[in-house]
Amino acid sequence: MDGSWFGNVDWHDIGTATLDTLAMLGGSLLLTVLLGLPLGVLLFLTSRGQLLQQRFVYAMLSLVVNILRSVPFIILMILMIPLTVFVAGTSLGVAGAIPPLVIGAAPFFARLVETALREVDRGVIEASLAMGATTGQIVWRALLPEAMPGLLAGITVTAIALVSYTAMAGTIGAGGLGDLAIRHGYQSFETDVMFVTVVLLLVLVQILQMAGDRLVLRYSRR
Amino acid sequence: MIEFNQVHKSYRIGARAVAALHPFDLRIAHGEVFGIIGASGAGKSTLLRLINRLESADGGRITLDGADVNALDASGLRTLRRRVGMIFQHFNLLAAKTVAANVAFPLKLAGDMTATEVASRVEQLLARVGLSEHAHKFPAQLSGGQKQRVGVARALACKPKVLLCDEATSALDPQTTRSVLQLLAELRREFDLTIVLITHEMDVIRRVCDRVAVLDEGRIVETGSVTDVFLHPRHEVTKRFVDESEQVDSAEQRRDFIAASGRVFRLTFRGESTYAPLLGAVARETGVDYSILHGRIDRIGRTPFGQLTLALREGNIEAALQRFRDAQVSVEELH
Repeated sequence: MDGSWFGNVDWHDIGTATLDTLAMLGGSLLLTVLLGLPLGVLLFLTSRGQLLQQRFVYAMLSLVVNILRSVPFIILMILMIPLTVFVAGTSLGVAGAIPPLVIGAAPFFARLVETALREVDRGVIEASLAMGATTGQIVWRALLPEAMPGLLAGITVTAIALVSYTAMAGTIGAGGLGDLAIRHGYQSFETDVMFVTVVLLLVLVQILQMAGDRLVLRYSRR
Repeated sequence: MIEFNQVHKSYRIGARAVAALHPFDLRIAHGEVFGIIGASGAGKSTLLRLINRLESADGGRITLDGADVNALDASGLRTLRRRVGMIFQHFNLLAAKTVAANVAFPLKLAGDMTATEVASRVEQLLARVGLSEHAHKFPAQLSGGQKQRVGVARALACKPKVLLCDEATSALDPQTTRSVLQLLAELRREFDLTIVLITHEMDVIRRVCDRVAVLDEGRIVETGSVTDVFLHPRHEVTKRFVDESEQVDSAEQRRDFIAASGRVFRLTFRGESTYAPLLGAVARETGVDYSILHGRIDRIGRTPFGQLTLALREGNIEAALQRFRDAQVSVEELH
């Protein structure tokens, strides 16, 4: 440690860690949406009073979602290591972080999708039915476009949750900014490294929120 | 055109079954505007939805153009629904789509037209309902009346034979209500539509309907031509709807009639006799003295009518009544 400001900061390491974090975030967000969106649509459709009302299916899906959501993320990561190795070939690095991130975030996102769909005026579903729409047409052409602002807000919230999850993933060898903050900042008392990583995470969250808000506004027609 | 035979429906509330519609028969003829009036909870919304099976009946038979509505499979039902347009109280437009895209929506669902065909049909429909310059706006940018016009254009997109109106004007102010009803009356002739509408306002029935059914607690208590039902309501519920639309307090009015000296009659004029100079002539000929207690002259659809409540004194009252009857005026003694 020398006395100068940011003396401990290796900007090259910071750059690599930032890219790792972005890769984890991008990859896991994409897969979370791909998995969580259909799950959320299914939750909505099978729930009471909806088009495919199925009490048993809804109860089962709901239970799985609740179980996954109630396991603390850090425990989920550890529990998932065998599965992660099976799916990604490793439990380390960016590739090893993505499976637990997706399994941790998809049920959360699915609930947000369910809520967003519930916000759609029931009359729109009825009108679509009266026009002879199939269930598939109602989902793709009416429900999802109508719920777009809510879905985009849900993606934003999920993305921000994923940023903090990636930081936690750092503790079990995923790399990224969280890993840097813990190894250097916390375990080696390099406060300046901690400071820089936290500022970068904050900037990342800020950018995500602003971009999300803009998109929501762009698609709001009310 | 539309026939109900011993159709009934109940809902399950907890373990209890509550009858929404007691078994009823109803025939709606091709090309007529048929109104169903009832208070909220009377079952009119359920009745309307039985026609395109947004609600399914528990028993009985519903036929539309001879086809048994309850026997249709999923694809048959979709075909039927495309031939039955529907408009709603709260318009139920897609907020995320433009006016033009809303009208194109049913055409795209059907998927049997090219994009150019869809665009030209949409343009034609919007021109007809007077919204051409609003094609690229979103529903939130429109007034209530304009939204309902979009709803009408959307409902007519697939050239339906039947149009169902679910309290279509209840969310609109009186002036806008009139213009939407006017539009419906025009479209009915242009497109040879059969219209079934439900409402809780007698005024809507009076303006556009040919026939009406009065629904009370799941039962049809009165059916008939609008003129008959409106001028000579028989059931208590019907009377209440008529009084409400005329803003008459019937209890107060009865007290006034009892207080009047002489015998009290209600004369109902229909069609051309409404404007004939009958009253003065009869009074001169028979020597009766009359005072007018209450009166109104208006139209039912396009037919003029007049209703006068008179107190008659002195002279030959029986002869006067006979003169009225001879002139096709219906006479009821009230007191």
